[in-house]
Amino acid sequence: MSASLTHDILHGPPPPIDTGWGGGDHGGAAGRGASRAASFTGLFVLLAASTMAFAAFTSAFVVRRGLSDMDDWVSVHYPPILFLNTAILLASSFVLDLSRRALKAGDRSKFNFCWSAATALGVLFLAGQAAAWYQLKQTGVFIATNPASSFFYVFTAAHAFHLIGGVAALVYVDVQALRLRLGPAKRTAIDVTAIFWHFLDGLWLFLMVLFYVWG
Amino acid sequence: MSSPAHAAHHAPHSFIRKYVFSLDHKVIGIQYYLLGLFSVLIGMSLSLLMRFHMVNPNVSVAWLGKLWPTAAAGGVMTPELYLSLMTMHGTIMVFFVLTTVPQSGFGNFILPIQIGAEDMAFPVLNMMSFWTTFLALVVMVAAFFVQGGAPLAGWTAYPPLSGAGPLTGPGEGLGQTLWIVSIAIFCGASLMGAINFIATIVDLRCKGMSLMRMPLTCWTWLVTAILGLLGFAVLLAAGVLLILDRQAGTSFFLPAGMLINDHIIANHKGGSPLLWQHLFWFFGHPEVYIAILPGMGVASQLLSTFSRKPVFGYKAMVYAILSIGFLGFLVWGHHMFMSGMNPYSAMAFATLTMCIGVPSAIKTFNWIGTLWGGKIHFTTAMLFALGFVSLFVTGGVSGIFLGQPALDLYFHDTYFVVGHFHMIMGVAAIFGMFAGTFFWFPKMFGRMMNETLGKIHFYLTFIGVYCIFTPMHMVGIAGNPRRYADFTNVEYLAKLIPVHQFMTHAAYFTAAVQLIFLVNLAWSWRKGPKAPANPWNCTTLEWTVPSPPPHDNFNGVHPVVLHGAYEYSVPGAPRDFIMQTEPLPVPSGD
Amino acid sequence: MLLAPIIWVLTVGIVYFFAAKTWWFPPPINQHGMDYDAQFMRTLIVVGIVFTLAQFALGWVIMKFRNDGGKASHSHGNNALETLWTSATAILFLGLVVMGTKIWAGVHFDEAPPGAIPIEVMAKQFSWNFRYTGPDGKFGHTDLHLINDANGDPFGLDPKDPAGRDDIMSASLKVPVGKPIKLILHSRDVIHNFFVPELRMKQDIVPGMEIPIHFQADKIGIYEVPCSELCGLGHFQMRTTMQVMSEADFEQWKQQQAANK
Repeated sequence: MSASLTHDILHGPPPPIDTGWGGGDHGGAAGRGASRAASFTGLFVLLAASTMAFAAFTSAFVVRRGLSDMDDWVSVHYPPILFLNTAILLASSFVLDLSRRALKAGDRSKFNFCWSAATALGVLFLAGQAAAWYQLKQTGVFIATNPASSFFYVFTAAHAFHLIGGVAALVYVDVQALRLRLGPAKRTAIDVTAIFWHFLDGLWLFLMVLFYVWG
Repeated sequence: MSSPAHAAHHAPHSFIRKYVFSLDHKVIGIQYYLLGLFSVLIGMSLSLLMRFHMVNPNVSVAWLGKLWPTAAAGGVMTPELYLSLMTMHGTIMVFFVLTTVPQSGFGNFILPIQIGAEDMAFPVLNMMSFWTTFLALVVMVAAFFVQGGAPLAGWTAYPPLSGAGPLTGPGEGLGQTLWIVSIAIFCGASLMGAINFIATIVDLRCKGMSLMRMPLTCWTWLVTAILGLLGFAVLLAAGVLLILDRQAGTSFFLPAGMLINDHIIANHKGGSPLLWQHLFWFFGHPEVYIAILPGMGVASQLLSTFSRKPVFGYKAMVYAILSIGFLGFLVWGHHMFMSGMNPYSAMAFATLTMCIGVPSAIKTFNWIGTLWGGKIHFTTAMLFALGFVSLFVTGGVSGIFLGQPALDLYFHDTYFVVGHFHMIMGVAAIFGMFAGTFFWFPKMFGRMMNETLGKIHFYLTFIGVYCIFTPMHMVGIAGNPRRYADFTNVEYLAKLIPVHQFMTHAAYFTAAVQLIFLVNLAWSWRKGPKAPANPWNCTTLEWTVPSPPPHDNFNGVHPVVLHGAYEYSVPGAPRDFIMQTEPLPVPSGD
Repeated sequence: MLLAPIIWVLTVGIVYFFAAKTWWFPPPINQHGMDYDAQFMRTLIVVGIVFTLAQFALGWVIMKFRNDGGKASHSHGNNALETLWTSATAILFLGLVVMGTKIWAGVHFDEAPPGAIPIEVMAKQFSWNFRYTGPDGKFGHTDLHLINDANGDPFGLDPKDPAGRDDIMSASLKVPVGKPIKLILHSRDVIHNFFVPELRMKQDIVPGMEIPIHFQADKIGIYEVPCSELCGLGHFQMRTTMQVMSEADFEQWKQQQAANK
């Protein structure tokens, strides 16, 4: 019976004895096989859904922008901290990948350090986003101030919502790693979390382009 | 074969773990089915109230006044109550019946077994998806009980009617907000379900179960999951924007210059009501394919099984399912021909809409082709599958009128549209669910349903639904607008009142007939004759295991599939069916 | 098997009611309406044939291939047949859409003919309001804040604009027969829809948008205009009429309205 609600989401079911998959080396010792494949499929499906949601917001953005011949589209003066946040997020992705490579090379302590660093950077990004919102509110730009600001808040909130989930996954792996519980099934969790994190990174870059070029 | 060290999850022991918070896809499937059953009873009751009111708008009904002291003061249904019943009827039926039962109900129970897996890919996520759906239903039903009551903007919730708050009408305050929140929760639940279905089909098929050997039911569950995944994500985004317009003062959908109920709306400007329609229908059209595709899969399965013949053109059927799924994302504008959108885009949408008629036609021809040359056994399940084909034809052909913008110039927002979508969703899809029930009940509950009651229920329902919904097309041709709370005093509609009375009586009759089904269901669950593993001599994997199946479906023995799913009446075979795990006969005369 | 005759009886019944036109369109009152009805009939015939054939085929296979203890034929399909009926369906369906394009174009791609009489429509919860230009041929400026329904000013005419002084208001639509009309549709609250069954035409009215449609009514009479997009609790009461009258009567009506101001 699963020990926690997140167990199966991150790990998928324990591998069945004989999946009968093709050549049979899918059921190998590294915890691969149906559960690893299923976890990746699940992740990509989730990313597809997220992409659609952001595509919907983006198309709403484009339509609204196009309708604005009434000059009610006032470009938002984005707080410059956004650039710092972007750098932090990119750094976190970079460090996350360092940690994965360290794990592949067998360097557990480097993995622990880098993964924890990436987690901290992720939290720092969220703090930076909160600061950006605060700064924007100080200048009197709220969600309903004008269409551009509405979209800014919606996009950043939706992104942050995903990122909080990402941070939760990062923290989970971190705790497991520090407890030295990193068996094969957790390798899948690490890879899945990392890909999710990189996706959010890419998404953020797209949003920055949207804000600064069209916003 | 050695027994497994552990199954996907151990068999539970406590009542709570067994029947409430279960990780077993079979239990979750039944939970979804029961949620759908509960919802359809609510939805049907709402429609009976509506039909009653349409032909008796001024009649006082005492208990109506007790249920709704304000909205039905003196026992007479107000127009706003009528519209809120209509809104909730559509919403509950589309979301909590048509989107849940065929996919999450039957799909959850049957899919893993049909592909030879022990469970869905993510059992905990599966459990969460059910309880999230349940939460969504609770929030939706709560809308009835809040100040102002349930919303009245239709299941389509077009702003500004749905976006400008309680000024636009009763129920548009908290009621509409709860509605949006419920739908948002439902979107999350659907997403969880879609992740499970897709990962399961992609990664958990047993040895030998290639994609092109899957039963057609599995293909429909796959494509339906993809439609839901992409469609509900967009609906969620749209819902977020609508809530912000209502609560946070944004103007995604609300234009300037509104004067509602003597109030000038000063704090909104520049939004586009059409933007909501685009986002909503981008979801809304795939949604109707979500409602019908699993039923098509069931029809194919049953028509083949009970004709003792392979499905006619399996490959074409697969391509048809894939095309319907793909094209389903490209035709949303046919709900918006009259909306004020660019008329050139209307022609583009119309062309694509006609294209999507082609795979649907292919499926219909192939169903008839499956029956041709067969030996048909008229079990209740088969009758419902046959009824499905007839109803799908009837409901589908009215779409040929509506898919032409030139003709939609008259038919939009008339009863012709109401007749069309009820025929397809409110009847054909429901028949798919009935067919699935009669077919899989033995597997799910280990007992057979009563065939006599089943057949009586079928024939009376089949005639009943034709009587309710075909006349809707005719009054639509006569110009009867839809969503009218009362048209008994309208001269140009006066001659249609007898038709409405006929439809109302047919509705009472058909609703009453459903009691036969409920009795059959309840009685058989407890007292039906015990079911063997394969009462229908069907070839797919769920019939290789006991009825009901053991906790891990296959008792630790993973099946190996040797051929496709529809090997019936194979020349040279000892019986007229060959299970997917049995070898095909060696051709004689080598 | 019982199902087959039931399907056939239902099919015959449905075909009968359509053929007999028991509940039918009101007669059209212009060329567009007649073109519409022709396209509808074309579609009805195609659909009717497809519907009847499909239901009869279904009934027929049910009857002919009932289980009699023998063996079913083991066929996985027929590619030639598949190709044939797929192509036939595609040609039929697409052909219908192509044939209807002219009607759609006439309504939406073509501009209103020059000299079309412009009439402003203001839809609101739950009534219709129409505005005519008066002799100066110009609509006066309006303002949302000047709207006063109680005083008969649903448009909010700006008293400072002289062009508006001769504007004529009406709660119902009056048009001269045989003359092109251009309606300019506005809503000041939620989405409504202008529909006249006899014209075979309707159009959503969207707040924040100004949507023109044009038509010509060729038969004198009074026709219902029922709102055709859910607009709230009074949606079913939001009806008015379109009165088509002779040119002389129309001029007389306009003069009467002007005199009554």
